[in-house]
Amino acid sequence: MGLTIENVSVVFPAANGRPPVSALSEINLQIDDREFVVALGASGCGKSTLLNLIAGFLAPTSGELTLNGRRVEGPGADRAVVFQKHALLPWLNVIDNVAFGLQIQGISRAKRYETANKFVGLLGLDGFQKSPVYMLSGGMQQRVGIARALTCDPDVLLMDEPLGALDALTREKAQELILNIWDNTHKSIFFITHSVEEALFMGTKLVVMSPRPGRITHVFDLPFSRQFLDGQSAREVKAAPEFIRLREDVLKIIFADEEAAA
Amino acid sequence: MTDKTAADAHVEPRAEPQRAPRPSPGLIARMSRARPTKPGEIYGVPGHGNTLWLSAFSIGLFFFVWWGVTAIGWVKPLFIPPPMAIVTKFISIWNTGFTGTPFLEHLSISTFRVFSAFILACVIGLPLGLAMGMSPLMRGLFDPPIEFYRPIPPLAYLPLMIIWFGIGETSKILLIFLSVFAPIVLGARAGVKSAAIEQIHAAYSFGASRWQVMRYVIMPSAMPEILTAMRVGIGFGWTTLVAAEMVAATKGLGYMVLSASQFLQTPVVIMGIFVIAIIAFAFDLLMRFVERRVVPWKGRM
Repeated sequence: MGLTIENVSVVFPAANGRPPVSALSEINLQIDDREFVVALGASGCGKSTLLNLIAGFLAPTSGELTLNGRRVEGPGADRAVVFQKHALLPWLNVIDNVAFGLQIQGISRAKRYETANKFVGLLGLDGFQKSPVYMLSGGMQQRVGIARALTCDPDVLLMDEPLGALDALTREKAQELILNIWDNTHKSIFFITHSVEEALFMGTKLVVMSPRPGRITHVFDLPFSRQFLDGQSAREVKAAPEFIRLREDVLKIIFADEEAAA
Repeated sequence: MTDKTAADAHVEPRAEPQRAPRPSPGLIARMSRARPTKPGEIYGVPGHGNTLWLSAFSIGLFFFVWWGVTAIGWVKPLFIPPPMAIVTKFISIWNTGFTGTPFLEHLSISTFRVFSAFILACVIGLPLGLAMGMSPLMRGLFDPPIEFYRPIPPLAYLPLMIIWFGIGETSKILLIFLSVFAPIVLGARAGVKSAAIEQIHAAYSFGASRWQVMRYVIMPSAMPEILTAMRVGIGFGWTTLVAAEMVAATKGLGYMVLSASQFLQTPVVIMGIFVIAIIAFAFDLLMRFVERRVVPWKGRM
């Protein structure tokens, strides 16, 4: 079943004397169960708009989104979002942040701590349950955000540049962590990134988008995350000739878009 | 080897200017230059550093100069009585009261007036401010009256308060209430904007209702602004106290200051000012403590 996006367009109406903006035009995309779809593109290509549509924060101007046969009408617990930053609640400690979704759903404290603790452990945050989140490093905060998204057992995990604010080393470790979690939890993931290398390494399907109007221009099937999960090291995967060749091809596409825009 | 000499020859002229003696900077340049404070904090945020000792010095200097000018006799005691006269006055009023009322009763009636006005302003102002932040309807209705009366000095509408509500407690507490109310409403209203859109979206994505978003995201994130507004608000309350006790009061610190001034009892005036300042400052310290306990995360995420 999975998530189906059919002929979806988004037009932001004219405002303050600016003409209407066509943020997304005729998007068709299928995210199957257990698929890891990565969206990549120059800024303004509409990848965040697409994520907001799937999350239900935004309604399409035309077209339709369906998740497991049901129409997407607004935000819901079957889709969880991991944000780049600013999304944790600093007045709650780690365990209460992770359990926040369950609290919203009215689950008793004992039950939600039990579930939350499972994901705290999965994300390697054991021992930090009572720590205030504002004391944690950026990498750990992001792991809290991922644990929180997983607690409500969503069908689709939406990740809006979740690693964009991390330093390079932490980022590579977090990529491996997310892949392992994806492999263990069998979720489908829609992942936005600016990094071509990250996109190629993590996705099973790469969607390259192009701005004005935002649209999908290329789709690639990717073998690299499977190679990593089958035991190759991340460095090995990223240094392989086919990885580098595809990376250069994708970069060319994106730079061509940037120049066309400039 | 030839390569090496060539490289040396390249380096030599570039090193030359560094050896030239630097012109010594002038006094003003030296004073305005960024200065290392601690190792690792060189060229840090301006305004960094502990001010405790300087503050203690400033207070000490104030009392020393005060004592000095009165001891030498530059200023008549009518204008500035010596510090010891204030202390003696305080002790005598503490023991025998002022205009027949014990000192503690003056103190407690004023504290009662300020705090009941403050609590009333919080009970009405905080929900109203939050509602104004979250609803255009409420904002549209209540913004004009609040913005209209907010800049008016309480003394200007004091006569109206008395005409409408008489000379009893009601008009006094209402006057203080009005001066506390506006900053508290505006603070709570601004606090609503503190939540990041990501926090709000996160709650909605878990299926939160509008009410749950308010309860679990908007209200907690507004807490720092609300506490600041309460601090500012009670400050306005103390400021208005003397005005409130100007008419038909027979008790209170404001009354004490005003009636003493009519009899040129300068020591009582100064003492009353100090008592008000000390209570207000003590409460401010308490609020800062509460702030550290309730919103330790303020400004850190």
